[in-house]
Amino acid sequence: MSNRVCKLPFKGTENQERELRALIQRLRDQDGALMPVLQGAQEIYGYLPIEVMEIIASTMGVSLEEVYGVATFYSQFSLNPKGRYKVSVCLGTACYVKGSGDVYAKLQEKLGITTGECTPDGEFSLEACRCVGACGLAPVMTVNDDVYGRLVPDDIDGILAKYQNA
Amino acid sequence: MFRSHVLVCGGTGCTSSGSARIITAFERELASAGLEKEIKVIKTGCFGLCALGPIVVVYPEGAFYSQVKPEDVPEIVEEHLLKGRIVKRLLYSETVQEDTVKSLGETQFYKKQMRVALKNCGVIDPENINEYIAYDGYMALGKALTEMTPEQVVQCILDSGLRGRGGGGFPTGRKWAFAAAQPKGIKYVCCNADEGDPGAFMDRSVLEGDPHVVLEAMAIAGYAIGAQQGYIYVRAEYPIAVKRLQVAIGQARELGLLGQNILGTGFNFDIDIRLGAGAFVCGEETALMTSIEGRRGEPRPRPPFPAVKGLFGKPTILNNVETYANVPQIILKGPEWFSSIGTEKSKGTKVFALGGKIHNTGLVEVPMGTTLREIVEEIGGGIPNGKKFKAAQTGGPSGGCIPAQYLDIPVDYDNLIEIGSMMGSGGLIVMDEDTCMVDIAKFFLEFTVDESCGKCTPCRIGTKRLYELLDKITKGKATMEDLDKLETLCYHIKENALCGLGQTAPNPVLSTLKYFRDEYIAHIVEKRCPAGVCKSLLTIQILPDKCKGCTLCARNCPTGAITGKVKEAHVIDPEKCVKCGVCIEKCRFGAIVKK
Repeated sequence: MSNRVCKLPFKGTENQERELRALIQRLRDQDGALMPVLQGAQEIYGYLPIEVMEIIASTMGVSLEEVYGVATFYSQFSLNPKGRYKVSVCLGTACYVKGSGDVYAKLQEKLGITTGECTPDGEFSLEACRCVGACGLAPVMTVNDDVYGRLVPDDIDGILAKYQNA
Repeated sequence: MFRSHVLVCGGTGCTSSGSARIITAFERELASAGLEKEIKVIKTGCFGLCALGPIVVVYPEGAFYSQVKPEDVPEIVEEHLLKGRIVKRLLYSETVQEDTVKSLGETQFYKKQMRVALKNCGVIDPENINEYIAYDGYMALGKALTEMTPEQVVQCILDSGLRGRGGGGFPTGRKWAFAAAQPKGIKYVCCNADEGDPGAFMDRSVLEGDPHVVLEAMAIAGYAIGAQQGYIYVRAEYPIAVKRLQVAIGQARELGLLGQNILGTGFNFDIDIRLGAGAFVCGEETALMTSIEGRRGEPRPRPPFPAVKGLFGKPTILNNVETYANVPQIILKGPEWFSSIGTEKSKGTKVFALGGKIHNTGLVEVPMGTTLREIVEEIGGGIPNGKKFKAAQTGGPSGGCIPAQYLDIPVDYDNLIEIGSMMGSGGLIVMDEDTCMVDIAKFFLEFTVDESCGKCTPCRIGTKRLYELLDKITKGKATMEDLDKLETLCYHIKENALCGLGQTAPNPVLSTLKYFRDEYIAHIVEKRCPAGVCKSLLTIQILPDKCKGCTLCARNCPTGAITGKVKEAHVIDPEKCVKCGVCIEKCRFGAIVKK
């Protein structure tokens, strides 16, 4: 997982911050609130910039180190922004046995990025995931909510083209 | 009253192949034919035969349509629903008979199955509590609360012989008995729905197809141990399952089946959902509880066991989704019924997610003790393209590969452990002769390295070293001494890691070493990958007698390694070749092979 702190400038708005503070207010008294707060924060901002983690730490009265520790532990949390199109290749066993490794290599080559990264134009981000639960369609990849199954590496160009000009 | 019901699978597999568009198409076509008051369209959970999705079943005839496309819907409406003529061309080929349809239960795929945990999946509308109730839903809770004492409930589960379906196979009744024996006070009931084994999706199918069964079982568990609060820890990556659980909890509260004073008995129990955030180690019980507490999901040493000191320091029981899915039926039908199914020490049924190199990928539920051969060859329909069975992988990253010589052993907890694998959550991935066993071991170790939480050294550093050794072998750079090191390190990690994840991480290596040692040796000594997978060890060759000299390969080779004249056999320069395989993909005559 590429979970280095993001170097892109923080573009959070006042509205987002208000929403975040309201979220914390609503959840802070429940047992084990940090995870739901981080999940909500990621929904508001799309990712978890260090500035957001600072707000969470100071309002919830926990250390930034603890917030950062939880945020980097789980693969669902991203410290980097995601692309407009989130490409995700299943590297679960059923897909792997049927060749999803080659599909993934082809995508890395085509997009010029690797796991957890985003293309410089902000269009595509790439990640490997574990089992979408659609093993009958193996190998599988998803682009946002669209699912593509029974893939061979040669399908990649056509699939990416659909989004490149969209 | 409706004269016909159209069931469309809304499980993950079929949703991925477009079943939502089929539902819309049915609704549109039925409305335009004026049939919307006569025929009801229902979105159900998984039917199991995912390879043939999207699946549509029309009752009362029981016509099982497979691989349905939205364009096919008008024909089904016009021919079948309007004129009463089944559209044979779309039927699952095994169910086609002269003038009627053969029932699903008679097909190879379903014949040997026995549905207990998946009883309602693909049968009821998971978002309608009344359909669950119509299939005896919440009867078991009623029976437990009004006719049984908490002690009797625990005893019933103990007597049934039910064992945990999530991995280890610990007797469920004993867990409950430990927690029930703790002094009165706050206790918790948790459900592990953080299904993490790559290639296993049975828990997801139960949650999506029959969410109430989990709620009912948790309430029964709460009554048995004296808890009032339950938590379901479910993967955020399962949005359909999360949504259906939320709907189900809301409906159960409305009808007074969750909340205060359930069924007027004075028993209070409620359930909340907590979303997992993608960490394999959170399937381990102590790690899962730490995660619900909102911290890094790291495991902690046992004892104290969760039944004594679990979530928020209180006595807690944690069972997996499939385990809970068995509970209501055990209460209703009695422990003797359940223990009559299965083998001596493994009672009941087990759901397997069949995947990999097999015809009928999907979910199957069979009595414990069914042989691997029955599962793979009869239910699974064997291996495609006339290839040979090489191994079946069970237990995910904690399990092992079972070779062909054990195809006839009855599958249960103890037999699988004896041959170096384990039941795990029930992923069953079939591999054929084109799968390299060293590469598979490396694949699983890469997973473990990625998912190791880092708390204990044997797992954090040991698995990384295992991975590096395997990588060296697949690149043809290892020596026989490395093989010994690999084996020693495996045993060292097994003995010293803190939690189940680390202790079982070497299993994929150990089991492949045990049954496919010659493949490891071929990589090391002969610098050859017998299955033709490990790129560094392959050479790509053009077969001169098959090559037509069309030049297509030479034009597509990215490194200019292929030379030859038009209409003459081409050759590959091994010095320039980077083994990318583009030429093999492009060749129309099958003249290029990896060796």
